[in-house]
Amino acid sequence: MNDSDNGGKRPYALYLGCTIPARVQQYEIASRKVAKALGLEFADIADFACCGYPIASLDARTARLLAARNLALAERVGCDICALCTACTGSLTETVHELANDPALLESINADLAAVGLRYSGGVKVRHLVRVLWEEIGHQKVESVVVRRLKDVVLAPHYGCHYLKPSEAHGDFEDCEAPHTLDDLIRWTGACSLEYPRKLKCCGGGVLAADEKLALGISREKLRDVSRHGADAIALICPFCNIMYDTNQKKIEATFGLNLQVPVLFFPQVLGLAMGFEPRELGIPMNRVQPKGLLEKIGVR
Amino acid sequence: MLRCFACGTCTAGCPVAEIDERYSPRRIIRMVLMGFKDEVLRSEFIWLCAGCYTCQERCPQGVRVAEVMRTLRNMAVEEGIVHPAFKAQAELIRRMGRIYEIEDFDNKKRVRAGLPELRKTLEDIKTLFERQKLNERLG
Repeated sequence: MNDSDNGGKRPYALYLGCTIPARVQQYEIASRKVAKALGLEFADIADFACCGYPIASLDARTARLLAARNLALAERVGCDICALCTACTGSLTETVHELANDPALLESINADLAAVGLRYSGGVKVRHLVRVLWEEIGHQKVESVVVRRLKDVVLAPHYGCHYLKPSEAHGDFEDCEAPHTLDDLIRWTGACSLEYPRKLKCCGGGVLAADEKLALGISREKLRDVSRHGADAIALICPFCNIMYDTNQKKIEATFGLNLQVPVLFFPQVLGLAMGFEPRELGIPMNRVQPKGLLEKIGVR
Repeated sequence: MLRCFACGTCTAGCPVAEIDERYSPRRIIRMVLMGFKDEVLRSEFIWLCAGCYTCQERCPQGVRVAEVMRTLRNMAVEEGIVHPAFKAQAELIRRMGRIYEIEDFDNKKRVRAGLPELRKTLEDIKTLFERQKLNERLG
C-alpha cells in the first residue's frame, strides 16, 4: 500500500456497497478479475458500510454523514475510493463535493464522526471503476489485453444515472446528455456499441421500493427498445440497474405479458470475456438471462 | 425555484411521468410555488421520483428539481409523514449498516469464490443514527 506500488498514485479502496455482496456477487468477481489482470490493485476496508443513498430521502444530512464515514475510513489508510455501484458513486461523490464547498457542514459532520473515532479532512477521490478504466488505464492498455475480440457482438450501453449526475458533483467529467466512455470501452473490446433511442433513460430502480409495478414499467421500456434494436446484450455498470433488467426481467415479462429474453452483462464481464477469461471465472453463470447467443458468436461455451 | 417559468422540460424528460400520470415535476413545482404545502407533503407522488437527475440537468432555468424533490421528502419526514418502504430501509441500515443482511451463508459463499469476508454488523452506525435523532423523527 505504499506509493511506489502504484506509480506514485494513492491506491484505491474497493467500495462494494450493500447490493453487490448480497445480490450480484458476479459483478464483484468479474471486476476483481479484470482489475488484477490490468495491474489495478485494490485495498479492502472491512468497515465500509452503506453509502447513505437510501437515507437521503428521509434526511439528507444523515445520508451525508454515512457517506462521510466511508470517506474518513478511506482517508485513514491513505486510499482513494473505487466504487462499482453508480448510486454509491453518486452519493459519495456528492458528499465529497458538498463538504469541499461547505466548511461549516464539514465541521458539523466531523463533530458527529468524532463520536465514532473518525475524522474526514477532505480530498478523498471517488471514482467509478469504469471511469478508472477509461481515464487511468486508458485505450492503449485496455486494447493491449484483448485477446478474444468480440467481433460481430452488439452491446447496448446503459450508463446508470449517478455515474455522471449530478454533473456538477462529478466535475463535469463528461457530458451526461451525450456520454461516450462506456461506448468507447465497449468498442475497445471489438464489440459494436449500439445507439438506441432510450440509451439515457433511468432503470427505474429508485422507485422500486415505493411502487414496484411503476418501476417495472420503466425498466420494461428500455428492455423492449434494446430487444427491438437487436442487441446481443445490455452492458451496464450498476448492481441496481442489473436487478431491474436481469433479476426482475422474468417478473417484467409476467407482469406485462411480454417475451423479452434480453441478456444483461456487467461491463467487467464483457471486458473479461475479451481478455480471454472463461464465463465461470467472471460469474456469468450467476446472471439470470444467459447470454447464449453472444457466447456462441465469440466461440465460447 | 422562483425562476421556474413552467416550460415542462422536467416532466417531458421524466422516466416516471412517462409511465405514470400521477407524477409530474412541473405540477409539483407549481404547487410548491403556490403554497400548497400540506397537499404536497401529504401526497403519494413525492415518493415516486426516481432520483435520476434528468430534470435537474435539463432545466433551462437552473432549478435544482431533483434536490427539491428530495427536500420535499425530508420536509414530509419532519411532519411525521414517512413512506413505509423508506422507513424499513432506514431501520435495516441502523441495525446492520447495510440494506441487505450479510449472513454466515453469504460469507461462506464469498470465501468459496475467493472474496474477502464482510462484517455482519457495523455497530458504530447505531451511534451515528442516535446522534441524528432520526429514529425519533421516524417514529
